[in-house]
Amino acid sequence: MINVYVPRDTTALSLGADAVADRLAREILQRSLSAQLVRNGSRGLFWLEPLVEVDTPQGRVAYGPVTPDDIPALLDQEMLDGSNSHPLCQGYTEAIPYLQSQQRLTFSRVGITDPLSIADYRNHDGFRGLERALTLEASQIVDEVERSGLRGRGGAAFPAGRKWRTVLDADSERPGQPWSGHKFIVCNADEGDSGTFADRLLMEGDPYVLIEGMVIAGLAVGADTGFIYLRSEYPNAHRILTEAITRAEAEGYLGTNLLGSGRTFHLYIRLGAEAYICGEETAMLDSLEGKRGMVRAKPPLPAHHGAFGQPTVVNNVLTLAAVPTILAEGGQAYADYGMGRSRGTQPFQLAGNLARGGLVELAFGVTLRSLLYDFGGGTESGRPLRAVQVGGPLGAYLPEGHWDTPMDYEAMADAGGMVGHGGIVAFDDSVDMAQQARFAMEFCRVESCGKCTPCRIGAVRGVEVIDRIIADQDRTDNLALLQDLCHTMEMGSLCAMGGMTPNPVRSALQYFPDDFARPTTGNEGG
Amino acid sequence: MQEPNINDQDDRMTQLIEQHQHLPGALLPLLHAVQQTFGYIPHTTVPAIAEALALSRAEVHGVISFYHGFRSQPCGRHLLQVCCAEACQARGSRELVEHTRQKLGVDFHQTTADGEITLEPVYCLGNCATGPSVRIGDQILGRVDPAAMDRLLDDLTRVPLRFQSQPMTPETSDTKRGAQ
Repeated sequence: MINVYVPRDTTALSLGADAVADRLAREILQRSLSAQLVRNGSRGLFWLEPLVEVDTPQGRVAYGPVTPDDIPALLDQEMLDGSNSHPLCQGYTEAIPYLQSQQRLTFSRVGITDPLSIADYRNHDGFRGLERALTLEASQIVDEVERSGLRGRGGAAFPAGRKWRTVLDADSERPGQPWSGHKFIVCNADEGDSGTFADRLLMEGDPYVLIEGMVIAGLAVGADTGFIYLRSEYPNAHRILTEAITRAEAEGYLGTNLLGSGRTFHLYIRLGAEAYICGEETAMLDSLEGKRGMVRAKPPLPAHHGAFGQPTVVNNVLTLAAVPTILAEGGQAYADYGMGRSRGTQPFQLAGNLARGGLVELAFGVTLRSLLYDFGGGTESGRPLRAVQVGGPLGAYLPEGHWDTPMDYEAMADAGGMVGHGGIVAFDDSVDMAQQARFAMEFCRVESCGKCTPCRIGAVRGVEVIDRIIADQDRTDNLALLQDLCHTMEMGSLCAMGGMTPNPVRSALQYFPDDFARPTTGNEGG
Repeated sequence: MQEPNINDQDDRMTQLIEQHQHLPGALLPLLHAVQQTFGYIPHTTVPAIAEALALSRAEVHGVISFYHGFRSQPCGRHLLQVCCAEACQARGSRELVEHTRQKLGVDFHQTTADGEITLEPVYCLGNCATGPSVRIGDQILGRVDPAAMDRLLDDLTRVPLRFQSQPMTPETSDTKRGAQ
């Protein structure tokens, strides 16, 4: 029986993977072929989706992008033997340069396994980290994470080990409080930054690695309950995670007696409801508690006073998913990747107008230019690249002069940018940067939680001021006013929403001033 | 969309409240369940929700109105969300939005006169390398250029008359469409 793989990842599905799988299943039946369909995760080579793979003794052979109507010809031309005679054949998957030149640690299984198969997960080194963690003292687990140098992958890059140590050392006895005695692990899966999809790809392609990471975190800090705060914009991830949790409970990887150890960890999913601000950890905690997602002032830190007032680890999906490898291989093995104080690997996400968009997991230190051209292949439109937004909607727009900066937390910060969650959105030369600056303010207007006046009101005024600049009304005064407004938002907002919305605005003004001087096209977009 | 029958609604609400009220942070899961059931969150359900969770009606209303994902009014037979975030902008979503508005004759947050389609923006569906992206029900579509949008809208609105005569929630209508 030959395995044929068709991904069930959102991007593959969005390009017709289900129709491809249906057609393939029908043809296999009609032709009485000895083959079975496996719905895997995506390899993250999105320009090739739907990517069909076939097992051969030498490894998997890839075909893509496949449409249902390609299936008969592919089968006629011996796809099941791994034949390369069809023009859609991409050769051995692992030899595709885009994939071959990556350093996949966190994403080592994604696209290879059936995401819901626990047997598959185990056969690919799954649960080794958890098994080791169950033999360690809590503080030894934290030691290992500290040794790895792992920093939060959500954007703030706070050392994960230090956060865990704080929660481990925190006293959870809160007399009179309903959750006294409990600590929590909260996974921030509200991946709202445009240009980022690594959390989604991982949750859909390898959900057990996140579950394993959360259980280990629970053992490390003494928490018996975890929540995945998942955005409602990810219905496919929701389906897959829900099923994975059910299966993990049935097999003893979650629940009251983890692998017979007598230890307990319960895991629940909570769905957001389309509010970008809930990706900010304190707003997320309020939302998790069933409230409006309002940003909280810090201190107190969530590590002391987090979910339901109890000590809480809040980590991003990728942070928690890095933990099983760290426990299985040792913290030092992980720290051997990377540069400076940015240790390990970062899943970069190539998005927007690129010929080869997708996921690229690499050690820190690769340049933006290499990601854009060596991996991304330049623009899909064929026009020159002009601006690149790194780190989500609150990140700066960088012009070509900055593309040789190494992707490392400190080096990017020095260049006025940020790694953030590793999202990279590329624009060709048809982009109007004044409209992009306007959108940054517009987005802040729509998504501000409203707690801080500079953010709530400033974003409204920001759109108006940029409109006046574009319309050439009192240009000099309005430019000065916009800079002043950016300063007020930056200094007067509690969180990054108001505090960093000035980044894309100022960078657009600084690097692309001509766009603010030309007459408006009247295209206001979203 | 018709107002749910008031007695049916009360019975369903009692069930939903029983299923959800003991969850930690029960309000969001309950509101999702209510919206899943009725297609929106009828204002008549707010007092029962507030009472069950020991909240004020104002607090419940405050939560419903805070989140873009909760609706206090019924939407059209299909909820069409078009991604308006940067990665899709870089791939032509501004043009797609303009085209869709003109084609449907509605702006964002509005429903077509025939009650078929409600148009909403969404800020990122995590499909950022193959945009422009749209969401219909729980289905996400990529590489939606204006021509693909025209085909999608034709598909969505081409429904046999016997389906149109029945009141239904967006969820069930999508299921039926998929089963054709």
